[in-house]
Amino acid sequence: MADTSVQTDSRNHEMIRLVEARKIYTMGRQEVRALAGVTITFLKGSFWAIMGPSGSGKSTMMNILGCLDRLTDGQYYFDGRDISTLGDDALSELRLRRLGFIFQSFNLIPQLTVQKNIELPLYYLGWEDEDSAARARVLAEEVGLADRLQHRPTELSGGQMQRVAIARALANDPQIIFADEPTGNLDTKTGLQILELLQKLHGEGKTIIMVTHEPDIASYAQIQLHMRDGLVERIDGQEGL
Amino acid sequence: MKQTRLMRNIYLGVENLLLHKLRSFLTMLGIVFGVGSVVAMLSVGEGASKEALDQIRKLGSNNIIISSVKSVEEESASNVRTHMSIYGLTYEDFRRISESFKDVQKTAPVKIIRKESRLGERMLELRVVGTTATWFELVPRAVIAGRVLTALDVEKNSPVAILTEFGARKLLATENTIGQTLQIGGDRFEIVGIVQSESGEAGNIQIPDQQVDAYIPIEVARKYFGDIFTRRSSGSFEREKVELHQVILQIDSVDHVEPTAAAVETMLERFHDKKDYRISVPLALLRQAEATKRRFNIVLGSIAGISLLVGGIGIMNIMLASVTERTREIGIRRAIGAKRRQIIYQFLIETVVLSTTGGLIGLGLGVLIPFLITIISGMATVLTLWGILLPLLISMMVGILFGLYPAIHAAKVDPIVALRHE
Ligand SMILES: Nc1ncnc2c1ncn2[C@@H]1O[C@H](COP(=O)(O)OP(=O)(O)OP(=O)(O)O)[C@@H](O)[C@H]1O
Ligand SMILES: [Mg+2]
Repeated sequence: MADTSVQTDSRNHEMIRLVEARKIYTMGRQEVRALAGVTITFLKGSFWAIMGPSGSGKSTMMNILGCLDRLTDGQYYFDGRDISTLGDDALSELRLRRLGFIFQSFNLIPQLTVQKNIELPLYYLGWEDEDSAARARVLAEEVGLADRLQHRPTELSGGQMQRVAIARALANDPQIIFADEPTGNLDTKTGLQILELLQKLHGEGKTIIMVTHEPDIASYAQIQLHMRDGLVERIDGQEGL
Repeated sequence: MKQTRLMRNIYLGVENLLLHKLRSFLTMLGIVFGVGSVVAMLSVGEGASKEALDQIRKLGSNNIIISSVKSVEEESASNVRTHMSIYGLTYEDFRRISESFKDVQKTAPVKIIRKESRLGERMLELRVVGTTATWFELVPRAVIAGRVLTALDVEKNSPVAILTEFGARKLLATENTIGQTLQIGGDRFEIVGIVQSESGEAGNIQIPDQQVDAYIPIEVARKYFGDIFTRRSSGSFEREKVELHQVILQIDSVDHVEPTAAAVETMLERFHDKKDYRISVPLALLRQAEATKRRFNIVLGSIAGISLLVGGIGIMNIMLASVTERTREIGIRRAIGAKRRQIIYQFLIETVVLSTTGGLIGLGLGVLIPFLITIISGMATVLTLWGILLPLLISMMVGILFGLYPAIHAAKVDPIVALRHE
């Protein structure tokens, strides 16, 4: 058991911690509290499913965690560092080096080939052409699309597009992968294939945070976070850790 | 590495523009026509002014040319059958001009004689100029063979003749002709040299050696042929007495040319009761040509400015539309980690590629048009490096200038909003 204790130890390190996190949208005189004071810790290597009714603040939570948006109030610690005061460039840099995104509507760039889409993060990381081409090939194989590199996204099925998106999210070897309803636009069978892929990545040590409102899908994650009205309502599955 | 990265960005820009070929092409048209017309007009204008300047240079920019002309009064009197017209510059005028102005460095008299002449078997009418050795300093032309007139020839009244290239061709004379005898009227001259000749006009001043066949010492011309000429024109004889047909002056510096011309005019006015001379100042022509060119350039510049402005606004408009259309793409790039300035860079490069491509096409058009003009009309056109680089540079600048706003607009897109954008 000595081996696993070391592993458990590393997994018990915190990845992200929110303290009294608030996101308030002001629409004229009306205030919408999309996040109404959330305190929560995400450990390294954990696999989360964020659930909750529509409008409960799931997407807002994802945008905040994914450094795409800023808190109105409260603290955000990423890998131990408070990033709630970082500037736009620094947040871009953080996303570029540490984060990967998977979206419900795939969000591939239609005029680029599959290969160029996968290479996109590497392009911004300043990789040489040959290196990023080689990496794109490896990633495409990993998601089972090695023979589609020169295709355009429009020539692929939904499941294939989502796998390209996953390959792209993995290109920069991120510590965390954010997936906002990754199976929302897929049939059940394809959705499950995507889930298996995510599970495999979790097995490889990546932290995964996924939004979904399907309990079946959520059950693939270790931990289910239920939200309501911008607050954490309940957390299931954390006891085992 | 930086280099290849730029190349790659340009390549990406080109790819994006090729996605909408027609739209990109239409967007470029403003720049294409702007640059095209500027390059074409510059080259035509440059050609015209170069031609003019060359001609003026042939006249000598420090020279003043005074020519004898029949005054208006004489012109009507010469219709009377027995009348002999007496007009023009005199030997006395020449002496006074040569001696009275300190700024006049050199002077050359010109007496034109038309005489039936013979070289070997060939007989034809030649136009012979009696002048001094100074002529060849004021109208410098390369010597093809032999020599030009010398002061000694003039002093000694030697019966020598120098052929012009033009005259030599008429007489079928070659280098071997030197030393042979040319008969002018009834008199014999030894051919001692052949000089190159120029032809053409500058403004309305004739080049001094245009249509001159031979030169002989002036005193010889005067002694042998006198000052009275009979010309048969349209069935009637015309007799006229002209001492000198032209006087060419060289002034010591460019600044003194125009004042001296005015002083000479005042003097001539005093001694001639009719205006039977004309003073031509090549420098004035040069000035005029330069002023014309300047005006031309201003008009050109305004046209270019307006068309490039219109072209630039067209590009800006399309780029703004493109930014809106590609909001989602911008959102994706930002989410992945692109910084604002990288988005600016991407769109700016696209705009510059667009405008520069337009500039290149326009350049092609602007080079082709003068080429065709030269072929069709024979008009000289000149392509200067400056005339090519400047429009290209400007089209690039237009891209940067009008691309900046759309690019900044693109960079301001909020990734969250952009990712929701349909
Ligand atoms: N940009 C915005 N401006 C104003 N209000 C916003 C904005 N974004 C979200 N909201 C509000 O914040 C609340 C939470 O929205 P959020 O998108 O996080 O919900 P969600 O849980 O993702 O819902 P769904 O399941 O429908 O995607 C909602 O009441 C929403 O109207
Ligand atoms: Mg949502």
